[in-house]
Amino acid sequence: MMSASSGNRIRNNILTLAAAALLAVSLWLAPKYLDGYKIRIINLIAINAILGLSLNLIYGMAGMFSLGHAGFMAIGAYVSALLILTPEQKSMMWILDPIAPWLLNLHAPFYVSLLLAGIAAAFFGWLISLPILRLGGDYLGIATLGFSEILRILIANLTPITNGPIGLKGIPAHTNLWVSYGCLLVLLIAVIRLMGSNFGNVMRAVRDDEIAAETMGINTFRTKALAFTIGCFGAGVGGALMGNIITTIDAKMFTITQTYNILMIVVIGGLGSITGSILGSVIITTMLEWLRFVENPITIGAFKMDGKPGMRMVIFSILLVAVIIFRREGIMGMREFSWDWILSRPAAIRNRFASGETPKGGDLNG
Amino acid sequence: MFMQHFINALGLGSLYGLIAIGYTMVYGILRLINFAHGDIFMLGAYFVFFATIQYKLPWALGVFIAVMGAILSGLLVDLIAYKPLRDAPRISALISAIGVSFFIENASMVAFTARPQAVIQPKQLVEAFSVGDIRLVPLNIIVPAISFVLVGMLLWMIYRTKRGLAMRSISHDIETTRLMGVSVNRIIALTFAIGSGLAAVAGIMWALRYPKVEPLMGFTPGFKAFIAAVFGGVGSVPGAMLGGLALGFIEIMSVAFFPTLSGYKDAFAFVLLVIILLVKPTGLMGEKSEDKI
Repeated sequence: MMSASSGNRIRNNILTLAAAALLAVSLWLAPKYLDGYKIRIINLIAINAILGLSLNLIYGMAGMFSLGHAGFMAIGAYVSALLILTPEQKSMMWILDPIAPWLLNLHAPFYVSLLLAGIAAAFFGWLISLPILRLGGDYLGIATLGFSEILRILIANLTPITNGPIGLKGIPAHTNLWVSYGCLLVLLIAVIRLMGSNFGNVMRAVRDDEIAAETMGINTFRTKALAFTIGCFGAGVGGALMGNIITTIDAKMFTITQTYNILMIVVIGGLGSITGSILGSVIITTMLEWLRFVENPITIGAFKMDGKPGMRMVIFSILLVAVIIFRREGIMGMREFSWDWILSRPAAIRNRFASGETPKGGDLNG
Repeated sequence: MFMQHFINALGLGSLYGLIAIGYTMVYGILRLINFAHGDIFMLGAYFVFFATIQYKLPWALGVFIAVMGAILSGLLVDLIAYKPLRDAPRISALISAIGVSFFIENASMVAFTARPQAVIQPKQLVEAFSVGDIRLVPLNIIVPAISFVLVGMLLWMIYRTKRGLAMRSISHDIETTRLMGVSVNRIIALTFAIGSGLAAVAGIMWALRYPKVEPLMGFTPGFKAFIAAVFGGVGSVPGAMLGGLALGFIEIMSVAFFPTLSGYKDAFAFVLLVIILLVKPTGLMGEKSEDKI
């Protein structure tokens, strides 16, 4: 018994390493065979997975409905961009108002800026969490959405710091496949370790029943604040990566639509499932790009249709409502990916056909 | 000068109030933030735009069509996106509401184009006249007047009729009300119809006041009206109107007296929201509710 399970563990570790090696090889080969547009989508998948994971940590795992993700992304994107841009670039860009003097010569390399972006967003998240985490459910959602909107208005108006409505241009495109997938991997390992730790259990307890958790002696407020802060760190890093791939940022980028896309990734993937967020990111990101054709002019024979901007989001909002109504738990529910499940599939399918039983819901944890 | 701002604030505030009533009634009954409410407001404005300007119908008929269209849209939204989720966790319904809101906004962008379109104001409504040293535009008087009449009628309905009684009863305890023989679903539909109708009226007056319509015009007023509803106390109709008026005054007066803050105008409402939620989450006239264990 003992040897079988440890044998399984060794087998699973080997499989995980093999999968990681496969991913590394494909990341190494990708730029040689794919064009810039496809590489960008592959990058976006990783960035959206980072954002999805961090929102999932806040909402799916700690049970706090937050609609403020775009705001924390904005903080990350702006902090990183302001640190990377050189003083020459900055002095050229601020045309409405002169730039704040202390900001002009502030400069940091990319990786430092990435870290500071996360820290700045986390600090803001922590600061905000102190007053608003006392609110529950939908009120928390509205309050975080409110904060995100205030932040956006501040960004559009604080010209000496943010260059106001013009935004920041010419950010060097530092984000490449290694950077984005490296960040995703680090976050993934951190979240898996976190959820496996005692703190993960505490978080789940607070999510499932806050009052019960409190009577068990858990400091629910501190738990929620910590989870929120970690999630905001992820949002900040994700925003910084996003800024460094698009190379232009302004306040309009970080509206509720941005939060909505990430929420969709989390909900469709499965609330509380790490695997779900990554699957969700792959599906949503590729679909968002693939569906661009519905917004382009279409010609079928003599039939011509003009491009319809907004059509993509029409399809997506229908999808989201349909998922919520018909399959609330998303693709994964709260389950996680495991090698045991994958490897048990062929046998399970064979058994099902052999015994002629009606298929039952699969047990991924099995 | 002060009177001018006062009348402006009264107009804006009563519009916020009218929209806020829809939020507050639905929240009072279903505990659901109807995110799509601001978009129903937008649809009302578009319907009247198409009826009167595109198809040249008389204004009275246009207003009737717009209100009916908005009521129908509100009922459809409830039927498709909220009704299947009555027994689901509240957050699921909220996500569905956000989805519906995005659907209406983007579908309108596809159907009506994203370009803002000018609304031609009827002459009688915008020809200014003077009372003493104040110059008045009839529209600015009519907007608060219509709003107050409608709110008066609504209050009468809620507190003096059987359906109003059923509505108040549902907001206290939906299960018991059902057992008392009230057809809960019909009352909920009625609530959505009233809210959507009032939103359409507000949308029409908004389109006349800022003479244009665009697909995203509902988001900011809708959100501010929601804040007004929270400020007044969610579930209370007079509270919603009061909250709307307060918000209108804060916005107009602060920009009037501190013009440098005009860029931050839209942030005031959010700051107000955060302050209320921290100081008195039940709002001015809201009932205290406690979580049951």
